[in-house]
Amino acid sequence: MSLPPFQALLDAHGAVVHRFLVAAVGPVDADDCFQETWIAALRAYDDLDHAENLRGWLLRIAQRKAIDSHRSAARRALPAERLPEPAAPPPEPVDGEPRLWARVRALPEKQRAAVFLRTVAGLPYAEVAVALDCSRDAARRNVHDGLQRLRKELIGA
Amino acid sequence: MSELERQLRQPYDATIHAGVPQAALDALAARAEREGLVEVAYGQADSPFGPLTVAATERGLVLLAYPEVELEGVLERLARTISPRVLEAPRRIDPVRRELDEYFERRRREFDLELDWRLVRGGFATAVLEATAAIPYGETLTYREVAGRAGSPKAFRAAGNGLGSNPIPIVVPCHRVLASGGGLGGYTGGLDRKRTLLDLERGAAA
Repeated sequence: MSLPPFQALLDAHGAVVHRFLVAAVGPVDADDCFQETWIAALRAYDDLDHAENLRGWLLRIAQRKAIDSHRSAARRALPAERLPEPAAPPPEPVDGEPRLWARVRALPEKQRAAVFLRTVAGLPYAEVAVALDCSRDAARRNVHDGLQRLRKELIGA
Repeated sequence: MSELERQLRQPYDATIHAGVPQAALDALAARAEREGLVEVAYGQADSPFGPLTVAATERGLVLLAYPEVELEGVLERLARTISPRVLEAPRRIDPVRRELDEYFERRRREFDLELDWRLVRGGFATAVLEATAAIPYGETLTYREVAGRAGSPKAFRAAGNGLGSNPIPIVVPCHRVLASGGGLGGYTGGLDRKRTLLDLERGAAA
């Protein structure tokens, strides 16, 4: 097995990872998460025992970094003893982005990631499953539930 | 596809995502270097022949490629032979860039760069290239003489092959090796370049 040069991964998948992170944490925090994602990937790269579905692998790391970022944002916003659960960020659009994206960002973590990976990145369900570290059925369900919820909110708005 | 999915797919790129910001890529490369995560750093260096690709490891300069050499193949070779942790990162190759500039401006006659020989295959080829690296600026040897310095005067054809696959041309000056009888011999980067480099050094020496 031989892994491609790391720069080739960055060239091929940098844009989708960044776009995923903008959708997940917003344009302001996306650059930090982007750096954390690729540093973590580079650190783990030598020990990777497969060269398949590297995009899914990268997006899974990005998803974890997005969750970390939400948690630390929640910790900054509220005293830790009072709220153990991470609070969803308010659906406020940033920098003139379409309001829809603020709503996507406010979805539960798995739904948000699943909706993004399926609709924006256009990944097959098998790859969504790799990125979310879940079964293909669970990936499908998360996409479906996320879209349902967005539809309801948009009708309600 | 539902209307909602269409909306999700469309306005995104146009409105808020125009690719990865260059600043984010620069910050990433800088941090990766700082944290010692880059096994092979590469970048471009200017030259009269056009942009050269140069790559360096912790041990030193490992590769220099002329502009027509396809980058993808270069990076794959580095990944396969040394480590897949190959990243475009400028800091480690800054000294190489600087010394090449000085060389082409005739302000430098010797490179003070550590070299990494890991892309060279075989002990004899390594010995040939080490002997070549020791040829002083503005001087030349024949293939036979280089083979002799590498330990086998009769193996001048093998010496030619070793020189032909020199992974670090210019800095390891294989252009200073000529055919006996005064001919130019060969040069993987093209004989015009060999002539240009020899003229540059002669001009500076005169």
